[in-house]
Amino acid sequence: MSNRLKVPCRKEKLKEVRVFVGNLLQKHGIPEIEVGEMVLAVDEICANLMIHSHNCNPNKSIGIKINILKGQEVVFEITDYGVGFNFCRYKEPSIDDIIKEKKKGGVGLILVKRIMDNMEFIQKANRNVYRMVKKMKIV
Amino acid sequence: MQISSVLEEGNYIIAIDGDVDASSSIRLDEALAKAVEEGQQHILIDCINLNYISSAGLGVFMSYIEELKEKNIRMVLFGLSDKVKNVFVVLGLDQLLNIKDTKDQARQQSHE
Repeated sequence: MSNRLKVPCRKEKLKEVRVFVGNLLQKHGIPEIEVGEMVLAVDEICANLMIHSHNCNPNKSIGIKINILKGQEVVFEITDYGVGFNFCRYKEPSIDDIIKEKKKGGVGLILVKRIMDNMEFIQKANRNVYRMVKKMKIV
Repeated sequence: MQISSVLEEGNYIIAIDGDVDASSSIRLDEALAKAVEEGQQHILIDCINLNYISSAGLGVFMSYIEELKEKNIRMVLFGLSDKVKNVFVVLGLDQLLNIKDTKDQARQQSHE
C-alpha cells in the first residue's frame, strides 16, 4: 500500500484524503480514536491549503506522505507549491471569541495543534512542507 | 452527506448522514438557518449516522451558540459515535453544546 497521495485542490477530494490516511493508519493497528484524530488533522491542513493558499484551483495539487515508525511515531508531510503559510506561527484565537463573534471558521488549526505533538514548516525553493508528528503511546 | 429535517412531537429534528467537512458544511448551516428562521424552539441534531466532522462543521454549530441563547432556542445533539464525540471533546465543545447519548435523553433535555 502506497504511503503517498496527490490530490488536486478541490474540496470534494478531502474525502479521498481521509480514506487514504485512515486506511493506512488502520492497517498498522493504530486505535480508532487516534486514527480519527490524525485523519482530522491532515484533513484540516489540506482544507486550509486548498481554500486559502490555492483558492480551490483544481490545476494546483497537494501531496501527502506518511511514514510510520512502528511503536514510536507517525510522520505526516503535506507538500504544496507557491506562497507558504507558516502554520507554526499561527496565533490561536480563543474559542470564546469565535463564539461571541459568531464566526464559522478558525478552529481547524487549533484542533491540529492539540492533536499533533510536533509541527514544522519547511520551505525549499518554492516548495512548502507542512510536517507533523504524532507520537504513539501504544503498539 | 445527506441532511433531512422533520418535525416530530414538537421537536425539529435535523438528521445528518455521512461526512460534514469543508465541502459539505454549508448544507448543515443552511439546515440550521432554516430551523431558526422558522422559529423552531426545540432543535435536535440526530448524529447517529454522522460519520465524520471537521472544524468546518464544528464552526457551524459554534456560530449558532450565541443566537440560540438570545432567542431562547434549545439545541441538543445526540447519537454521536465515540470517534465523532472525541472531536468535540478535543476542542472543549462538549462543555458548550448540549450533547446526549440517546434521542430520548435529547428530547427530555430540549424541553427542560
